[in-house]
Amino acid sequence: MNKLSAFGKGSIILVIIFLASLWIFPMWQIDLRAPQYPGGLSMKIWINDITGDVDIINGLNHYIGMKTIHKADFREFVYLPVAILSFMGLGVVVLLLNRRIGYYLWTAVFLVLGLFSFYDFYKWEYDYGHNLNPDAPIKVPGMAYQPPLLGYKKMLNFEALSQPHVGGWCFILAGVLLLAGCYYERRKSTRL
Amino acid sequence: MKRLSFLMICCAVLGSMQSCKMKNTESAVSGDAASKVYVAPGKYDEFYNFVSGGFNGQVTVYGLPSGRLLKMIPVFSLNPENGYGYSEETKDMLKTTAGYVPWDDQHHLELSQTNGEHDGRWLFANANNTPRIARIDLSTFKTMEILEIPNSAGNHSSPFITENTEYVVAGTRFAVPMGNEDVPINSFKQNFKSTATFVRVDKTTGNMDIAFQIMLPGMNLDLSHAGKGPSHDWFFFSTYNTEQANTLLEVNASQKDKDFIVAVNWKKAEEYANAGKGKRLPAGYVHNTFDEHTQNTTSTLQKDVLVLDPKDCPDMLYMIPCPKSPHGCDIDPTGEYIVGSGKLAALIPVFSFTKLQAAIQNKKFEGVYYGIPVVKYEEALYGEVKKPGLGPLHTEFDAEGNAYTSFFISSEVVKWNIKDLKVIDRSPTFYSVGHLMVPGGDTKKPYGKYLVAYNKITKDRFLPTGPELAQSAQLYSIEGEKLKLLLDFPTFGEPHYAQALPAQKIKDKSTKFYDIMQNKHPFIALGEKNAKVIRQGNRVDIYMTAIRSHLTPDNIEGVFVGDEIYFHVTNLEQDWDVPHGFAIKNNANAELLIMPGETSTLKFIPDKQGIYPFYCTDFCSALHQEMQGYLRVSAKGSNVPLKYGTNATDTAAVLTAQK
Repeated sequence: MNKLSAFGKGSIILVIIFLASLWIFPMWQIDLRAPQYPGGLSMKIWINDITGDVDIINGLNHYIGMKTIHKADFREFVYLPVAILSFMGLGVVVLLLNRRIGYYLWTAVFLVLGLFSFYDFYKWEYDYGHNLNPDAPIKVPGMAYQPPLLGYKKMLNFEALSQPHVGGWCFILAGVLLLAGCYYERRKSTRL
Repeated sequence: MKRLSFLMICCAVLGSMQSCKMKNTESAVSGDAASKVYVAPGKYDEFYNFVSGGFNGQVTVYGLPSGRLLKMIPVFSLNPENGYGYSEETKDMLKTTAGYVPWDDQHHLELSQTNGEHDGRWLFANANNTPRIARIDLSTFKTMEILEIPNSAGNHSSPFITENTEYVVAGTRFAVPMGNEDVPINSFKQNFKSTATFVRVDKTTGNMDIAFQIMLPGMNLDLSHAGKGPSHDWFFFSTYNTEQANTLLEVNASQKDKDFIVAVNWKKAEEYANAGKGKRLPAGYVHNTFDEHTQNTTSTLQKDVLVLDPKDCPDMLYMIPCPKSPHGCDIDPTGEYIVGSGKLAALIPVFSFTKLQAAIQNKKFEGVYYGIPVVKYEEALYGEVKKPGLGPLHTEFDAEGNAYTSFFISSEVVKWNIKDLKVIDRSPTFYSVGHLMVPGGDTKKPYGKYLVAYNKITKDRFLPTGPELAQSAQLYSIEGEKLKLLLDFPTFGEPHYAQALPAQKIKDKSTKFYDIMQNKHPFIALGEKNAKVIRQGNRVDIYMTAIRSHLTPDNIEGVFVGDEIYFHVTNLEQDWDVPHGFAIKNNANAELLIMPGETSTLKFIPDKQGIYPFYCTDFCSALHQEMQGYLRVSAKGSNVPLKYGTNATDTAAVLTAQK
């Protein structure tokens, strides 16, 4: 019996729905707060876009020599939607094949995709925070401005809080569901 | 027994002597006043209070109940602080048929209304000296329009409005001959006229234009107010100097027992105007409008005005006798009661609109004044408030049927009931109150809660500042039966009338910055790439941009003594509260204060050669002090080519060379 359980099949559909939410909600949100910005500034990262107070943040960053953020500079906004869409398509195939091995492989693909996305995001943040214009008017020795991947960080007069938005939570939930699915399928297969 | 009662009388006398002490602030302020006016840091005031600036020509905005100054809106006077009246875009706002008039005397304000309630769209302001009416936009707090009033002098009974802002009125305080005719001053009675001008207000844009002028006999129109509800079709103007004196008015205009309140049926006047009963008379007046998109003023000279002569327009005007040189002419929220305030009288007459209509119907007239029927005093009178105080000036209302009248001579505000005309309470003012104001107190729906007295005399109210003092205003709570003094606060210029509305009505639609994509200024530099300098003859146009923290271009050469230089500075910022300033050395002009997304122009004609630094004057950022540049001005005829830029490429070259 290598066929998927009802839970396994249901989870595939749920994962696809969760991932579809990435086109409706942002993935990640970075909130900034400074004394001069009582209402705060916020930047929302979507699967294919970056929105929020990007212009204002770009204007501020020139003091410390950070690069300006432009949607066109992100190849990810092209690759990521294609990758996620393909992954969702693959899910339909796994569902139709109805084999446990397909489910395990699909989960593995998700983990690779997820880890690579986080690594890529981190790499961009590192470059954004470290690769500074040497002519910048404000230079603080030893200071880097890498925003946190997750959580809170204070940088000069700014406090930054980075956390998943609805889309991001759905993505994480999809991962949790897949791992739970694997565990369940595995237990079911060994018991029988 | 007798001895005991004698003792008791003695005690009573002693006790009353204690309470006979003259009232001062300490005795006038009760314990919890401080908490009632305390607006904690970060919290907002409950009301916007728009206060006329009097002889400073501007409008000031205070928060209530704190009395904190929020803004000064330049209207009729130059304001070097932000370049109003100096910049090329705004200087025409002060244009009149007499050229550029840099100052005026701003007395009264009126917020636009719909159905007799504040709609939070516009604020109207009058200019008393060179007759004008201005319209201020309440989303930008900017003067958008100024209309000159012809055939008038001393535009005092203005800018009062009808219930739906159909009309804003102007009235002549100093009667003058029509059409600037040259006549002897003592021919006042034959040649001098007063006019009541009705200015139409466009429902959507707010743009003003003179619909018609009613020509009245020469006298002084003082204040006015429109009817509401049942009296919607009527407008009431108080008058003095119906004696028609042209000299020493102090005595000569105070002879008659009664002057008049002029009741104008403006609906009827409108019908006559539409039916062609008026005459188009030549009269020059200037109309200035500011366009938010091109950010420029358009000035047009109008050539004539439609004048209605009461002789040709029966049933349009009636006179109501009113004691002793009335000032305020105020209509209660129901529209039934007309309160006249004879400033030399010791009583307040209250007229009934219903009785007035009946008197007109039944022709209960006591005579005519220059052909205008004068209604019998008693036939229009509802009743008199007896012994309210001395020198009533102005009355406002609350929503509970009470009236509040200011008394200049006896220096107090008095609360009385409209129905039974009984005085309820009185409270001293420090000192000699002119106008008073209850939020929404002249509308159909007063908000009540507070009363502000705008006093004419300050003396010892604040720390002394030499002979010239700020004015003093006083805030009272009117929530209870008794008036409670809460706060003193200084005001600038000399406030006359004021208006207040709940902050809620306008605060959320306040503009934060101008969308630069909507900027249609002919000299905009949309982005640093479009910054440039263009010479045409001796005119030099500099298309400059400002963004934290540099001006582009910041090095300019090839400009000569005597050139007419125009700095068109575009603020490229698109964020709240990031204005940039602009000033250049030795400029016989003011500075610019440019809001985000805006373009403003400063003219400069250098008369000596040299290097002229220019810089941002508004502390915009950590590198504000670096936001500067140089203009090289060479002798006329010298051979210096036009050159400009930020020299960014040069800097890069130097850096590469160093590496």
